[in-house]
Amino acid sequence: MAKYVMNRLFAMVITLWIIVTITFFLMHAVPGSPFNQERNTSEAVQQNLEAHYHLNEPVFIQYAIYIKSLATLDFGPSIKQSSTSVNEMIGRGFPVSAELGITSLIIAIISGIVLGIMAALRHNGAIDYMAMTFAVIGISVPNFIMATLLIQQLAVTWEIFPVATWASPMHMILPSIALATGPMAIIARLTRSSMIEVLNQDYVMTARAKGMTTFQIVMKHALRNALLPVITILGTLVAGVLTGSFVIEKIFAIPGMGKYFINGINDRDYPVIMGTTVFYSAFLIMMLFIVDIAYGILDPRIKLHKRGE
Amino acid sequence: MIPERKETNQHLSDNLFLPLENSSYHAETIAKPSISYWKDAWMRLSKNKLSMAGLVMLILLVLMAIFGPLLTPYSYDHQVLTEGNLPPSSEHWFGTDNLGRDMFTRTWNGARISLFVGFMAAIIDFIIGVAYGGFSGYKGGRTDNFMMRIIEILYGLPYLLMVILLMVVMGPGLFTIIIALTVTGWVGMARIVRGQVLQLKNAEHVLASRTFGASAGRVIRKNLLPNTMGPIIVQMTLTVPTAIFAEAFLSFLGLGVQAPVASWGVMANDGLSVILSGHWWRLFFPAFFISLTMFAFNVLGDGLQDALDPKLRK
Repeated sequence: MAKYVMNRLFAMVITLWIIVTITFFLMHAVPGSPFNQERNTSEAVQQNLEAHYHLNEPVFIQYAIYIKSLATLDFGPSIKQSSTSVNEMIGRGFPVSAELGITSLIIAIISGIVLGIMAALRHNGAIDYMAMTFAVIGISVPNFIMATLLIQQLAVTWEIFPVATWASPMHMILPSIALATGPMAIIARLTRSSMIEVLNQDYVMTARAKGMTTFQIVMKHALRNALLPVITILGTLVAGVLTGSFVIEKIFAIPGMGKYFINGINDRDYPVIMGTTVFYSAFLIMMLFIVDIAYGILDPRIKLHKRGE
Repeated sequence: MIPERKETNQHLSDNLFLPLENSSYHAETIAKPSISYWKDAWMRLSKNKLSMAGLVMLILLVLMAIFGPLLTPYSYDHQVLTEGNLPPSSEHWFGTDNLGRDMFTRTWNGARISLFVGFMAAIIDFIIGVAYGGFSGYKGGRTDNFMMRIIEILYGLPYLLMVILLMVVMGPGLFTIIIALTVTGWVGMARIVRGQVLQLKNAEHVLASRTFGASAGRVIRKNLLPNTMGPIIVQMTLTVPTAIFAEAFLSFLGLGVQAPVASWGVMANDGLSVILSGHWWRLFFPAFFISLTMFAFNVLGDGLQDALDPKLRK
């Protein structure tokens, strides 16, 4: 176990280093300096600016400087908003994004599992078909369209919820639902299929023969085993929620990290793009790692030290 | 001791020993007519109503993408500024946008782009993934180990983030989208193909083929690939909606194809900004058709997954 964790940690560092390197050289492959479009700057000012951001050094020196500052968790300054550093942006945006992400993940997990169990218990029945049609629609409708529909119906036409921004719990409901629909549908489908499989196992039959109620069987015997496949995809779902939050934050004007990332892209503010990308990637890789470890702990059949195919 | 045989049939006449008629003779054979793998898969797929509905929808969508823009007298970039934001009518079936362009023509023109992106991404993923995964699995040993390490690292990269980065570097456009989607997208396909090849490469028919001196390329083409087609096709049907979604997502972030060309993602993004002013048709049609296409591919993919699984063959 300890050896496996060490191996994984090492692989994580390598992956992260590759991401940093790719990001760095991609951003430096873009032709032109960030200050080219700036008007009213004399040659001297331009040179001073470039010197300040180390842009006059050879690329590899810049790379070394960047790696060094990353090692101390310093993501550098923003070029376009010179008063704020990327660290400040992450510090301001991440708590908001995390709140949105966690809320929608909780919504997605709970409603997805409930929907999946209901569908599995009424396998091939009306509830099953309804739940699965709902799930396929949830997967098919892109989240930015779902968000717009929710705004149009619940916020504009019926005026139940506020339209945008991030001020009160009421403001959180629509964006969280819009972000949760896709993952919820995936969880519901997965829970259903693994639940159907588990419900046909002998130990479930034994439990039924003992006279346990369906509720007891589901809670005590079936659910635990049925949820293992769901745990494996949690990492991917976190990634989906994270990228989904870019558009959702844009639509609902939420001041999260996605907003800074999108603004960074639109302004071609390379330190911001690099910093947020590296931060997002590190976060995702951590999540995948935690999910893998949790899976190994929850399922005694998995031996972590063996490399699976 | 052998019991004494009783001569009970000595009075049977010869005419009882005529050969049976052909038909009743074959009635004893216990076998159904041999059905090829693809025929069987098709039979199972056609029993799945939802998947067939998806297939019909897709055929209609492709036909409309080809012929739809020809059904109207307008072109997708023809602006009539005096006829901006008209609701759907007999003249403009899906209404017009703010520049007076016909939404029906634009919608089906957008279908061409979205479907093109989807299919191209799937085809390129297929080519790279099969070549890489096939080679890695077939070679095995150290080569395979090394190639799989690369895959593991690429698999750890967040897909959409990398696509966004590549789009920032390469600039918006139809072909850059396809490149950005495939640079990271082929990994899934390569993993599937490699897994299948690993399972199959020690099967008897492959060994026989190699004994006869078939080259690696021939074994992969003739023996391994046909037997891995099932999972490959399923993966391809699921790649297309992913790519269409990614294109819409990129367009939404302003990194998609550029005006006057419009994909569904670009149109939906334009439509979003005016949803509050009541021009619902500008969002509805592109949004509806993105969702319909993704729905059709998803249900078809689900059906194919069941139909092409040899374990489920009856």
